[in-house]
Amino acid sequence: MHSFLYRANAVLTFSVMVLAALCAMASFSDYLNVPSPNAYLKVVNINWLQKQPNGNDEVSLKLDISADLQSLFTWNTKQVFVFVAAEYATSQNALNQVSLWDGIIPSREHAKFTIQTNNKYRFIDQGSNLRGKDFNLTLHWHVMPKTGKMFVDKIVITGYRLPETYI
Amino acid sequence: MLKVSFFFFLRCGFRNLNQREKKTSKGRGRERKMGWIGETMDSIRSLQIRQVLNQAVSLGMIVTSALIIWKGLMCITGSESPVVVVLSGSMEPGFKRGDILFLHMSKDPIRAGEIVVFNVDGREIPIVHRVIKVHERQDTGEVDVLTKGDNNFGDDRLLYAHGQLWLQKHHIMGRAVGFLPYVGWVTIIMTEKPIIKYVLIGALGLLVITSKE
Repeated sequence: MHSFLYRANAVLTFSVMVLAALCAMASFSDYLNVPSPNAYLKVVNINWLQKQPNGNDEVSLKLDISADLQSLFTWNTKQVFVFVAAEYATSQNALNQVSLWDGIIPSREHAKFTIQTNNKYRFIDQGSNLRGKDFNLTLHWHVMPKTGKMFVDKIVITGYRLPETYI
Repeated sequence: MLKVSFFFFLRCGFRNLNQREKKTSKGRGRERKMGWIGETMDSIRSLQIRQVLNQAVSLGMIVTSALIIWKGLMCITGSESPVVVVLSGSMEPGFKRGDILFLHMSKDPIRAGEIVVFNVDGREIPIVHRVIKVHERQDTGEVDVLTKGDNNFGDDRLLYAHGQLWLQKHHIMGRAVGFLPYVGWVTIIMTEKPIIKYVLIGALGLLVITSKE
């Protein structure tokens, strides 16, 4: 009948196909999850706002971040990458997004957190437009699956304002 | 730094799969004796012109169908290399060495948080990292982008060309939309041990040529 090679071939082909189908189904099952995350962001303190020697404004601030992202986790979720960005518009730039803090959430147990932190990345403008500037704080998340499609979404919180003078 | 290599061998992989399918369907109900070399020599000797042509055409079909799939993916995703292999650990624990990423290049503007594949002038191997800062011009719509690897301590300015502060649109080859673990090891092994690649390709070629209809 069939030689060993043909049998091995058939088994390998079949197992690869089954594995591919399982991966596709696992990824598809993520669509069945309807997450309801919530977040609370607060600027606790503006540490300082200064003009660098090269003319760009830089601000340092302290943030209060608390979020509940537990509903983002499914059985196909490897981790959730979460970050807080400041978003604002200037006369020169239609959109500025500056990441202030980020973190990796490895499991559902760690997905409900509260943290108070200074900005992890420098908040520097392209130019000197930060005095009295209105900005949004946005909590973004990036769901990284064990296999398949990645999901991203965000919560935008508006109504923050930087001081009118350098401090 | 997270380097990626173009997934050239995906073509190879598809070819193998196609062949396997063909093989399994063809091989049904056909008796085959062992005795590899003798049988192979016999089959080569007994080949008729018609058979040779037949084999050549089927080999051509396999190669071209693999090419069609690859080029089709390029058209659909709009990216020069729709599938890339992760070569280093700077995005761990999200992406490990040997994982593969599916890229998509759309007209949508680049935003913070997206994982992009970019080329730096003077560097041959493209890098996959996350966008942490975006500045988009009001008048021209040009973007300045800063990236960072999740597992790296600092941002990527040290990786960029000397004196380069930002990435522009033309540096970016695509953004990662999908993920498949481990599969890229096939490519990594083949690139690092080329002998395995040649043996595999040779064996498969021989199988295609000598398989009887």
